[in-house]
Amino acid sequence: MARRVAIVGAGQTHHKSHRLDVNGREMINEAVMRALADSEITITDIDAIIIGNMDHFESINYVDTWSVEGSGGVMKPIMKVTTGGTTGTSVAIAAYYHVASGLFDRVLAIGWEKNSESDTTAAIVTCSDPVWDRFSYSGAIPSLATEASAYMEQYGATQEDAARVAVRDRTHALNNPYAQMYNRPITIQDVMESSMLAYPIKLLDVCPRTDGACAVVFAAEGIAEKMIPRPAWIKSTAVRHTTTWFGDVDYDTGMLSLQRAAREAYEKAGIKNPAEDFDVAELYLPYSYAGLKWIEALGFCGPGEGPAFVGEGNTDMGGIIPMNPSGGVISTNCIGATALLRVAEAAIQIMGKGEKRQVPDVKTALATGFGGCWWSDVVILTGDKP
Amino acid sequence: MAAWLQDVEDLTLKGQINVPYTWSVGEVGSRFLVALRDEEKILGNRCPSCNTVYVPPRKNCGSCFKDIDDNQWAELGPEGVVTAFTIVRYDYPLQPAKAPFAYAIIKLDGADVGFVHLIRQGLEKLRNGVRVKALFKEERTGHILDIDSFVLLEA
Ligand SMILES: [Zn+2]
Repeated sequence: MARRVAIVGAGQTHHKSHRLDVNGREMINEAVMRALADSEITITDIDAIIIGNMDHFESINYVDTWSVEGSGGVMKPIMKVTTGGTTGTSVAIAAYYHVASGLFDRVLAIGWEKNSESDTTAAIVTCSDPVWDRFSYSGAIPSLATEASAYMEQYGATQEDAARVAVRDRTHALNNPYAQMYNRPITIQDVMESSMLAYPIKLLDVCPRTDGACAVVFAAEGIAEKMIPRPAWIKSTAVRHTTTWFGDVDYDTGMLSLQRAAREAYEKAGIKNPAEDFDVAELYLPYSYAGLKWIEALGFCGPGEGPAFVGEGNTDMGGIIPMNPSGGVISTNCIGATALLRVAEAAIQIMGKGEKRQVPDVKTALATGFGGCWWSDVVILTGDKP
Repeated sequence: MAAWLQDVEDLTLKGQINVPYTWSVGEVGSRFLVALRDEEKILGNRCPSCNTVYVPPRKNCGSCFKDIDDNQWAELGPEGVVTAFTIVRYDYPLQPAKAPFAYAIIKLDGADVGFVHLIRQGLEKLRNGVRVKALFKEERTGHILDIDSFVLLEA
């Protein structure tokens, strides 16, 4: 039987488009020092480190070793885990597995990216199969744009419906001084007037490119309770990868990997009615249309009901299920850190450390990760020890 | 804050790596690409377990996790139906065409999964459900882009 595990602290950088004042190692160190301070421990208390980022983004392929001065990994067990967009939830889940196994008591998970150092598209096309899809369907935007246009056609959703999601996340970022888009709210008109990249995706429908890092401390039961007053316990996690062939995806059945991951995680956690059972959700929504379609896969509303559910304000601060109090991925996207930020922000909500972005009385929180060809991770946290 | 921090110039260094690769296509994929190159034919194959007809063909079915044996080949298309698409409006050096062009998912006649490819012409008439046909290049090398693109068929 696995040990119970809790998050006992989190740290993140103040995310920016360009952090030219620090190199990657130094940027990682900022997040690590903040996570250690938040957990009221030092690096000597950490038994192992899991670190991850996007392959090819900074042109450093042995990140685990290269980063030790920044991560604190000198003479410690450290390994790299990288799974594309889901890297952040993968390092979190791997850290959880490490502690749950009983072999390590306190494990540090780190996600980071210096997006300013790379040609993001050139790096991201290397996730497509080199013989097949790379030449006829490359980069992040085509697959997302195709999904969005298929969703609009299926359910009659509009570009304005999607813009509402971007406006929500950018409005929430007003409360998060760490967000890249802190204090830069937008309107639906701004989104509609921004330049068309690939129909129906416009510039303000998509996430920015960000330099940033995040670090989270995981601790075992018996230790976590003594470290902080209200640890954020891992209630359940689930991981689903579907196909690697973009042509094999059936868009009309919804976001399949997220449906399956959610089903498993909800069953293990006893979640029956997500909109009521969760108090807050930090979702990996890299573009606005995901905030309509993917919340259906998560069971917050039925198929095709995303636009109305969001439009009625249910997902705003003060709504029945506030989504992305941090401002979400549309406000900050340091890719290797992005999914770990979802877990960190969900934990911050449980621990009650959200300051201006805090949702009142959070007992159960949902975090998700998204990657590559429609992969999904789901993490459920709770304030009550499971 | 130390005085030197006020004046320090934050430097960046330019770099680029150029790493050539030689990717193995495999026997199954090679047969597909050779048929494109030599016969202007699009081949797929059928999983004997779930009956899904794949294109490009697969050595095994990922869902059933079973091998697809030698006698399950089928010629598909060259026509099909657009099931989803996006029209790209921005230019980028790594894209296979100058904007505007479309990335489309095309259900080739006889196939059960989509085939991802390009549409260059007739974008104003592009809708889900329109029929399209593969346009082969004159000079073919055994590459997915031996099909230049798909062209819309008149209704
Ligand atoms: Zn099969």
